[in-house]
Amino acid sequence: MPAAGRLGRVFRVDGIHDLGGMQGFGAVAHSPAEPVFHEPWEGRARALTEVVAGAVRPNGGEFRHAVERMDPGHYLTSGYYEHWLTAAATLAVEHGLVTRAELEARAGGRFPLSGAVHAPPVAEAGLEASEPRFAVGDRVRVRDWHPPGHTRCPRYVRGKEGAVVRLDGTHSLPDIEAHTTARRYEATYSVRFDAASLWRDGQRGAWVHVDLWDSYLEPA
Amino acid sequence: MSADAGRPAPTPPAEQRVAALEALLTERGLVPEGFIEEITRRYETEIGPMNGATVVARAWTDPAYKQRLLADGTAAIAELGFGGAEGHLMVVVENTPAVHNVIVCTLCSCYPWPTLGLPPAWYKDPPYRARMVREPRALLAEMGCELPGDVEIRVWDSSAEARYLVLPQRPPGTEGMPEAELAGLVTRDSMIGVARL
Repeated sequence: MPAAGRLGRVFRVDGIHDLGGMQGFGAVAHSPAEPVFHEPWEGRARALTEVVAGAVRPNGGEFRHAVERMDPGHYLTSGYYEHWLTAAATLAVEHGLVTRAELEARAGGRFPLSGAVHAPPVAEAGLEASEPRFAVGDRVRVRDWHPPGHTRCPRYVRGKEGAVVRLDGTHSLPDIEAHTTARRYEATYSVRFDAASLWRDGQRGAWVHVDLWDSYLEPA
Repeated sequence: MSADAGRPAPTPPAEQRVAALEALLTERGLVPEGFIEEITRRYETEIGPMNGATVVARAWTDPAYKQRLLADGTAAIAELGFGGAEGHLMVVVENTPAVHNVIVCTLCSCYPWPTLGLPPAWYKDPPYRARMVREPRALLAEMGCELPGDVEIRVWDSSAEARYLVLPQRPPGTEGMPEAELAGLVTRDSMIGVARL
């Protein structure tokens, strides 16, 4: 699939899933009374992700990254249960439960799967950093980096300054976890940003809190 | 895969692809009988916003509980029997006349399953995820939640382990109303923070 490959090289470093602040989407199709599943296949897709997860035991990072590796065009034109279906099928193929040819033969046509992992394999998870470097009230800046694999550091706060408002204990760093069986545990924080400083648009009285691992931050 | 790159084979509807994956996994013995129906049933009837409403109504009527809920959401929610996947680190944020809280997940669809169930489609779709962190006041107004200009807005992007639940303000004129009846007033939208009661 050469076309998807080209897209991958252009877009997949900063994934299409990283939507915070992106413009041009229009109104939210909001309804206060929405069914849990709009169609029966959505519930089945939801349950199949659990079946695949039970068989291949992906960690949260690996599962999320399987969604994030979707072709950007497919991601934006399909709903969430189709994302989960695509991720579950991708992991099922990558872990050898089924083949793509079998899926396509059975479905009677194309079965789009997520693209390849671009992150280099992780050899060393690094030292554990379970001692928090920051305390509530500390000013921090988010590192401006663009890792080629999974990360939970949203693009819209990179390079921005905020203040720590809460410590949430230590948790496995998703950037490592998604790409290896090794684990690195780090402190996580809730960091408060002035919305006006994120967007330079003069809005007042709005604060955006983002939960970030220790590695994503540096002292401001 | 098609050898004719110029004319890709059509993609069948998602329903057909789900059926294909389900059939193959079933043939490999990976789908226990009734498993799919059981998962679907649980999310449709047991794990939903009625659980969060129970928590909110208790917090409105029991000041000591409310204090515990705001100090350690996970433990206080567990007191009422709710917990599990996507509810291991609960942070409850309280609305007041001066502060309005709203939750979002810009990177995917993180949401407190044990108290709110599975998220509605609009919460997971791009417009909400893109816009709530950029123009919260305008988007809230557009969604029918107009806030006075002096009300501070706190947006919580669930980007790591914490999952958030908004504790809405108790509606005026509900003094003396029994807890179960109060729970009936609490909407999913009010616990996400896109509505006030």
